[in-house]
Amino acid sequence: MTRGIVVGLLLLMLARTGGAGVLPEDRADLLLHSYDGGGVTIQGPSLLVRKQFAQKFSVSANYYVDKVSSASIDVITTASPYKEQRTQKSIGFDYLHDRWTMNLGFISSVENDYTANTFTFGVSQDVFGDLTTISLGYSLGNNEVRRRGDATFHDTVKMQSYRLGVSQILTKNLLVGFSFETITDEGFLNNPYRQVRYLDSGSPIGYSYEREIYPRTHTSDAAALRMRYYLPWRAALSAEYRDYHDTWGVKGGTFELGYTHPVDRWTFDGKIRSYSQTKGNFYADLFPRSHYQNFIARDKELSTFSSQSISLGATYDIMKGGWKFIQKGTLNIVFDHFMFDYQDFRDLRTIAATPGTEPLYNFDADVFEFFASFWF
Amino acid sequence: MPKIRIHRAAMSAALAALGCCVLGGCSIEPWVKPYERDHMADKIMSLDPNPVSSAYIDHVHDAREGARGATGGAGGGCGCN
Amino acid sequence: MLRAFSIVVLSALVASLAWAADAVKGPAPGFALQSRDGAKVSPAQFKGDVVMINFWATWCVPCRAEMPKLEALYQHYNKLGFKLLAVNVENNPDGVKKWLAETPVSFPVLFDTKSEVSKLYKVETMPTTVIVAKDGTMRYLHHGYQPGYENDYQTEVRTLLRE
Repeated sequence: MTRGIVVGLLLLMLARTGGAGVLPEDRADLLLHSYDGGGVTIQGPSLLVRKQFAQKFSVSANYYVDKVSSASIDVITTASPYKEQRTQKSIGFDYLHDRWTMNLGFISSVENDYTANTFTFGVSQDVFGDLTTISLGYSLGNNEVRRRGDATFHDTVKMQSYRLGVSQILTKNLLVGFSFETITDEGFLNNPYRQVRYLDSGSPIGYSYEREIYPRTHTSDAAALRMRYYLPWRAALSAEYRDYHDTWGVKGGTFELGYTHPVDRWTFDGKIRSYSQTKGNFYADLFPRSHYQNFIARDKELSTFSSQSISLGATYDIMKGGWKFIQKGTLNIVFDHFMFDYQDFRDLRTIAATPGTEPLYNFDADVFEFFASFWF
Repeated sequence: MPKIRIHRAAMSAALAALGCCVLGGCSIEPWVKPYERDHMADKIMSLDPNPVSSAYIDHVHDAREGARGATGGAGGGCGCN
Repeated sequence: MLRAFSIVVLSALVASLAWAADAVKGPAPGFALQSRDGAKVSPAQFKGDVVMINFWATWCVPCRAEMPKLEALYQHYNKLGFKLLAVNVENNPDGVKKWLAETPVSFPVLFDTKSEVSKLYKVETMPTTVIVAKDGTMRYLHHGYQPGYENDYQTEVRTLLRE
């Protein structure tokens, strides 16, 4: 029924005529990113270019790389550190007609044991004197999962996502938005390397490992409310709350607060974010015996944990008045510090006398972004 | 789960009221006029000023957290054209 | 939840179908606004000429893109009896004067700091362009600006100049 409504809304939006919407600006951005935390380092570039054609189309392309060096807690306790690279290329087309904008996108992500191809489609429209923007979106993904060192293993994942968004200008100074997204996956949904542990008196350390077994379907719902408020001294306050739950029993909540302050050619941004979730139905740090239940997982992403982060950013306008065909340019730096705290995932680098009493795991991560943006 | 039932009943009532009003055509004039959109048009009020950065940080969150989805947003701005 | 929300969105879209722009007709409402040199300017002063009233703001991207086109139109037809009044809708004229120093225009720029004239002309989009004939009646109304609109303006101004 949900799908029927979304399709119906899409058709209704396509039938509309009226005034005119606005295409996204022409720009080029080059980002250098770096993540360091929990024994994992990931670096790489992200290049984005966008250009309008014939006042009706806007084409964008993105090239993104993650160079991963992983000695994470899972890798260290059950495998050996590895290096790999993930390359993601995407292309998008926006088409503007009267008051609505349609977008189509293709994203391809490749790494040595995972390929993901995603098609996205979306429509958005301004209504009620341009105070309200309604957006609908659909994505379809076809992914291939492989396992390094095991040429016989090959499986697939099919993903579909339905998105609905409404943003509303409430006053001259206040903008609010609601968004909903439902995602369903089918196929091989876990990591092909990860293992669960179970009590095993026959083992010298008191426990043994076996492969995870996940359900072959997963459906999740997320609903978010966000707002942006213009402060009288020319600054902006933002707040966001997102609620998440899925068919695997995971419930998550995100809360974020931000402040933007411009001063001359500088703009400063500060954000605090708090995420917490409760564990999935088939997750356990330590199972009582082998094949304890139909589905077994020890992925810390499915455990009960919280992630707090603080973000600081600065932007500098380097081209007041433009230069040749470039109208505007900025240099930007953003720093995020994350603190992850797990309530039911234990740090197995410590051997405990009794399995299940190892210290709970926690780690910090530092993320740096340095990027230059040009508008033309 | 009685809380959810109350919540849903209230939602349905509000939606029914809104739906009737809206379909009945009690024409709502835009209360923020296009010539009052100067603050909305300011770059500091943009919901997503740096798409390359927000896409990256969304990916950092998605890769480590169980939750996913509902991260986007469009709207606001100067409403020109 | 998604289902219920979709119903709201569907209702909003159906309601927005009723939102239609009015065709423009009747005499152009009178007003008097201060211009750059301090003098009060009113469209009534130009009865007998074709007058274009353009509502704009420095924060509006299509308005800024339209300005050079309006300047070209003004230069071309001013001596033939075409007048252009650019009504700026911002509360603070100082920022506007700074922008005009960098992008000069030769037609009068008027300051509607209290939005009274914008309300009078029921401005629904930014920019809005109204073209008034020699007899003082409004004839053409343009919502927004897209490249190419200046060709329509030229055709309409020439039609009205011939009356």
